[in-house]
Amino acid sequence: MAQGQMAPGIVSGRLSSDELTSNFTDLHPPLAPHEAAVAADRCYFCYDAPCVAACPTEIDIPLFMRHIQAGQPEAAGETILAQNILGGMCARVCPTETLCEEACVREAAEGAPVEIGRLQRYATDSVMAGGAHPFDRAAPTGKTVAVIGAGPAGLACAHRLAMLGHDVVIHESKPKPGGLNEYGIAAYKSTNNFAQAEVDWLMQIGGITIETGSVLGETISLDGLSTNYDAVFLSIGLAGVNALRAGGIDKDGVRPAVEFISDVRQASDLAALPVGRNVVVIGGGMTAVDAAVKSKLLGAEHVTIAYRRGRDAMGASRYEQDLAASHGVKIMTNVQPVAVHGNGAAAEIELEYTSSEGGQLTGTGEVIRLPADQVLKAIGQTLEGAPEGLKLDGNKIAVTGAGRTSITGVWAGGDCAAGGEDLTVTAVAEGRDAAMDIHANLTA
Amino acid sequence: MADLKTNFLGIESPNPYWLASAPPTDKEYNVRRAFEAGWGGVVWKTLGSEGPPVVNVNGPRYGAIYGADRRLLGLNNIELITDRPLEVNLEEMARVKADYPDRALIASIMVPCEEEAWKAILPRVAETGADGIELNFGCPHGMSERGMGSAVGQVPEYIEMVTRWCKKYYDRPVIVKLTPNITDIRKPAEAAKNGGADAVSLINTINSITSVNLDTFSPEPSIDGKGSHGGYCGPAVKPIALSMVSEISRAQATHGLPISGIGGVTTWRDAAEFMALGCGTVQVCTAAMTYGFKIIDELTAGLSKWMDEKGYKDVSEIVGLAVPNVTDWQYLNLNYVAKAKIDQDQCIKCGRCYAACEDTSHQAISMSEDRVFEVMDDECVACNLCVDVCPVDGCISMEPMAAGEVDPRTGREVQPNYANWTTHPNNPMAKAAE
Repeated sequence: MAQGQMAPGIVSGRLSSDELTSNFTDLHPPLAPHEAAVAADRCYFCYDAPCVAACPTEIDIPLFMRHIQAGQPEAAGETILAQNILGGMCARVCPTETLCEEACVREAAEGAPVEIGRLQRYATDSVMAGGAHPFDRAAPTGKTVAVIGAGPAGLACAHRLAMLGHDVVIHESKPKPGGLNEYGIAAYKSTNNFAQAEVDWLMQIGGITIETGSVLGETISLDGLSTNYDAVFLSIGLAGVNALRAGGIDKDGVRPAVEFISDVRQASDLAALPVGRNVVVIGGGMTAVDAAVKSKLLGAEHVTIAYRRGRDAMGASRYEQDLAASHGVKIMTNVQPVAVHGNGAAAEIELEYTSSEGGQLTGTGEVIRLPADQVLKAIGQTLEGAPEGLKLDGNKIAVTGAGRTSITGVWAGGDCAAGGEDLTVTAVAEGRDAAMDIHANLTA
Repeated sequence: MADLKTNFLGIESPNPYWLASAPPTDKEYNVRRAFEAGWGGVVWKTLGSEGPPVVNVNGPRYGAIYGADRRLLGLNNIELITDRPLEVNLEEMARVKADYPDRALIASIMVPCEEEAWKAILPRVAETGADGIELNFGCPHGMSERGMGSAVGQVPEYIEMVTRWCKKYYDRPVIVKLTPNITDIRKPAEAAKNGGADAVSLINTINSITSVNLDTFSPEPSIDGKGSHGGYCGPAVKPIALSMVSEISRAQATHGLPISGIGGVTTWRDAAEFMALGCGTVQVCTAAMTYGFKIIDELTAGLSKWMDEKGYKDVSEIVGLAVPNVTDWQYLNLNYVAKAKIDQDQCIKCGRCYAACEDTSHQAISMSEDRVFEVMDDECVACNLCVDVCPVDGCISMEPMAAGEVDPRTGREVQPNYANWTTHPNNPMAKAAE
């Protein structure tokens, strides 16, 4: 029986522990002080800087660069965290190449933006390394707010409310807080258990309680929370996955990519984690790239991303695509899944070539079969378990202003709420802004 | 390739680059390395009187100012003259000169302000075969407290007196090195000339404290918690040196006095600028101390290449080319009108020109919603600040207006003739135009 990468089926231990450890280290190691000084010095301190406008949380980037230049990374970190309390995670996971760094004038000038993401990490790491929490709570207001979901939106909302003097209880269905920071997100972007460390650091503000295993619709209800709290913030994310329409998708080895990513993130021993020899990921977003790269890092021999439209339509940025390619992932575009073949377990996937005319996607009839003992579906998540009675906008909770839902006293933000991209940084902005609105409401 | 052969006061060197009197020229070992690397000449580190040599501090002697990526822009030192016995230095100088007859070797000297002291040392220096001497009237720290160095350089009468002694007891060229720590650099230069100096060299270092330690509150460099001002040099001082050189070049009393230019020469371009302002040679120290002697390859090749491009065959052709263009403010043409022009194709939309103009200047740049920055000619005074702060070289330029056009700022037609402040109606001292 072949061993390692050549072993057939979905098996663990394709790579040695040493190889796995090296594969899952930091994608971008932290900057050393001199590197940071040089990198920050490239900032032109633009007037009304385009990078700030491109940041969903509107971090004052030129100011924090100047703090770094002036030798005070902690002051830089505080500038960041005042706008974005999860600035540490955002520094690691933001697609900066489509946000601040894309807007950087040096990107326009020479194709090499100021490394805002890495410098943000340098600054926020400096603050967190100090151990102290730089924010204080205002005098108690006597108000309590329930936050449903301890993901980025919920944590940002809770922190801002606590800072303003309110007491907050976060209800989280999973065993650990963090949401996608903990259960999603590429492992090579958030190493050393950073998600939990960040939550612990954030909680130092005080006034926030997290109740895990608290499931909306089971252990708690919106009606009950509305009665017991002065306000409710829903940040329940997208718990469902979109259905894939293709034959044979009930075969063993076919599963949602988010589950696979969560398994990797929660694994205590990567060597015990099974992965296929031939992995095919269906989809074209960041989740697809994360799942594909992780499969490769775990030792899969062949990993293919199969996306039904052209490369330009992919949700994953060019940077992410290149990241996948550099890890040996093959990206196939203009192919859609027809069927998964195999005797009980997946063995092959049949893909049909597509053409797109006027936005209409049609199969060309030409098919190709790839070996596939593992098929990961990364075709998007969907809202699941939203309380009854909330007005929806498409498949998400409808909101107006700073996250106000159709029910008085109930706000929503993050991926579950309509509007904005499904990004950590967007969720933080929505949580923070909802908190300000809740505060205005409670103190009116 | 243009020949860089230089003749300064009759002293020949294969190129105009001399190493200034400083640590790089402190001893035979360094000087031999410099000559092997290709330097045209050296001014040997300053000799003192016979007897026990001076002592230096045993802590840091240098402090620095940095630009981006820790690029050294300014250096400060509190080192004194040579701390090796006179006899040793003289023997080494003689040996080196004998082995490198084609290179310039100048002895820098600093002895007390007494005729006997100079009379005693000059014959000893002459014996070494050195091509000339440089009188160190510039050192601003330590030695000045003992009545030497800049303490002499700040009193023109002393300069003239000592120079006279030197001309009396020494028959080769005498160069007087000037301190910039003085209000009017023309006075000491004039005094040197009156004393018979063959040339002046400048600038020596500028009094400086590079930084203050905010934990110990000691100036840097710190010796056991205390600091003393040092002498500042390096790229940061070049503009000051250029100005002082130009003052001497164009002053009636000193015009034509040979000058060896010193102060932040780092690339061939710096050297060419000093020479254009009247320097027959340039002296380098900080650049060599920062990067080593090998920079001479760029300094020589660069100057030679530029001369080829311009069609200059001999370095003497470039000496003083810029001097006629240095004038007093009162003689600048007030009929010259320029306007800033932003090249939109090159603009990267950083907005620094806007912030600078709007916050600190004349509110002459507009900013649109989509970050297009444009100059408003009716407000622009052509101050050049936008050009200076723009990170893109060549993106903003100053375009002169043609005679006959109307300046939208003043509503006046641009006049074709030259007219300066001396004849301007707003000048209470104005003389009627002839």
